[in-house]
Amino acid sequence: MDILITGILLGGTYALIAMGLNLQYGVARIMNLANGEMLVAGGFAAFWFYVNQALSPLLTWVLVAPVAFLLNWLIYQIILRPLVKRAKNRGMLERDSILATFGLSFIGVGVMLASFGGDYFSYSFAATPVVIFGDTFGLNRVLSFVAAVILCGAVYLWMHFTRIGMAMRALAVEPRSAGLVGIKVSKLAAIAFALGGTITAVGGSLISTYLTLDASTGVVFTLKALIIVIMGGVGDIRGTIIAALMLGIIETLVASLIDPGLTLAAAYLLFILILLFRPQGLFGRVRS
Amino acid sequence: MTSKEWRQLTLLLVAVALMALIPLGDDGYWLSICISIVMFTALATSWSIFSGPTHYISLASAAFFGIGSYVTALGFESLSLWVLVPIAGVMGALIAALIGLATLRLSGVYFVIFTLGLAELIRQITTWVQNASGQKGFYVLTDVTESQLYWALLGLCLFVFLLGGLIERSRLGFAVRIIGDDEAVARHVGINTALTKVILFMVPGAVAAMVGAILAPRYVYIEPSLAFAPILSFQVVIMALLGGTGRLWGPLVGVVPFTFLWEFLSSTFPNQTTLLLGVAFLVIVFVLPQGFIGLFASIKRRMNGGRA
Repeated sequence: MDILITGILLGGTYALIAMGLNLQYGVARIMNLANGEMLVAGGFAAFWFYVNQALSPLLTWVLVAPVAFLLNWLIYQIILRPLVKRAKNRGMLERDSILATFGLSFIGVGVMLASFGGDYFSYSFAATPVVIFGDTFGLNRVLSFVAAVILCGAVYLWMHFTRIGMAMRALAVEPRSAGLVGIKVSKLAAIAFALGGTITAVGGSLISTYLTLDASTGVVFTLKALIIVIMGGVGDIRGTIIAALMLGIIETLVASLIDPGLTLAAAYLLFILILLFRPQGLFGRVRS
Repeated sequence: MTSKEWRQLTLLLVAVALMALIPLGDDGYWLSICISIVMFTALATSWSIFSGPTHYISLASAAFFGIGSYVTALGFESLSLWVLVPIAGVMGALIAALIGLATLRLSGVYFVIFTLGLAELIRQITTWVQNASGQKGFYVLTDVTESQLYWALLGLCLFVFLLGGLIERSRLGFAVRIIGDDEAVARHVGINTALTKVILFMVPGAVAAMVGAILAPRYVYIEPSLAFAPILSFQVVIMALLGGTGRLWGPLVGVVPFTFLWEFLSSTFPNQTTLLLGVAFLVIVFVLPQGFIGLFASIKRRMNGGRA
């Protein structure tokens, strides 16, 4: 029970991060491998504001979100848009965007190393115990989970009940036809990419309240988010949430029963099983 | 073989013979630079044998390199290094085959993601196994000299070039070029696309493991975070793409300048190497999508056009 709840709490934040990546990959069609760096940057921002300005990490998102949105929008317009334009097919765009975002990822790590140094950073926020079903958990984990649930819910409702959300989903399903029914594909893709980056950065702020981060941990989160997206199905929010919870639980299970150093191995185990048995994702349908 | 191929073969052998003389002249700084160059030539050339035609960006080099160095670390006390190197090669090829069977049947993205974390995955497992057995690392103390390691790597390079040439001429090479152009077409003309890709992926796997096995004595002390340092994979990708993967000798054109640049930067600005990697990736995507050999080709074309 203890493991289950810890896993679900962790999975909630994972869901948020993976949702960000899913918007970028599923809607904007950019395989963003610099996603984890955005997360770490969000975490750094929360850390800095908390230590220097005594601002609660639950409030920093008000500042983090617009900055992250603008930054990601600019990244899309300046760096990724030309690649989308010159790509002759999906494979070529995938290859180019993988290489370009590798570049961005390393530049992100380099800049963060230069400005913050290579040390681990962590701070103590809301580290008071909370009792759920007889077991104790850190309040920071619970608060992050609640915030993640609210944000995930908001994104889900937005995607399903607004015009622009519907356009996003159309873009995810069939980018070519979306243009035919009057959707401004390039504008919308930029917004999706920026929004995805924003969600990830906010997720980073939340996760920094209870996990220790450093400038080069980003890639591990990128990997986990990628695995969740593939597991849940590209462009599928519901699948992402369930996959994230599964990963959270399995990771906690492995960390507490076998060895805390094996979390990525746990994620890979899930990944391999998915690749072998359900490569189209948990809820995905096989494309003809 | 055509006369052009004979010429290329002769050129290759002469170049290797000349390179083999280097340790006789200097066995300090220049030899260590040459070891880096030869090591990355073997890695990047074998990388492009698979990734060039298929366009799949493999980030598995560091994982195989680490596996190879562990083969040496575990076996050097009972077996000679020259027996361990082929063993490492076979291990690398087998593991590559397993990874290939799991991921290469599907779209290329899964393969990239899988290899991205592979070195970290194997590092975690190795650390865990070592913790369980109470060991942190291994000392690899042998009487092999730098020059011998260099010659071994040079020999491996020769092997990679010959193998690459053979594959290019074979049905396998032809098949993989078709797959790279259009996978659907390849399937329709009866090519077993998954099997072809898996076989080719075994080449960089085996070579990287052999390089790791050869270089293990140079590290003296082997531990997981050293053997499976993921940065190696990225260096290999950058060098190969910088040179260009369209020709067998393409990666070599990227390896030489990048090794010097890396050497220079890591000694003058040791903290900025990640930044350099990042910039290098962007340069490849935006300035040199075909690598240096693509650049040469377009310059040549322009000059010919100017004359005519």
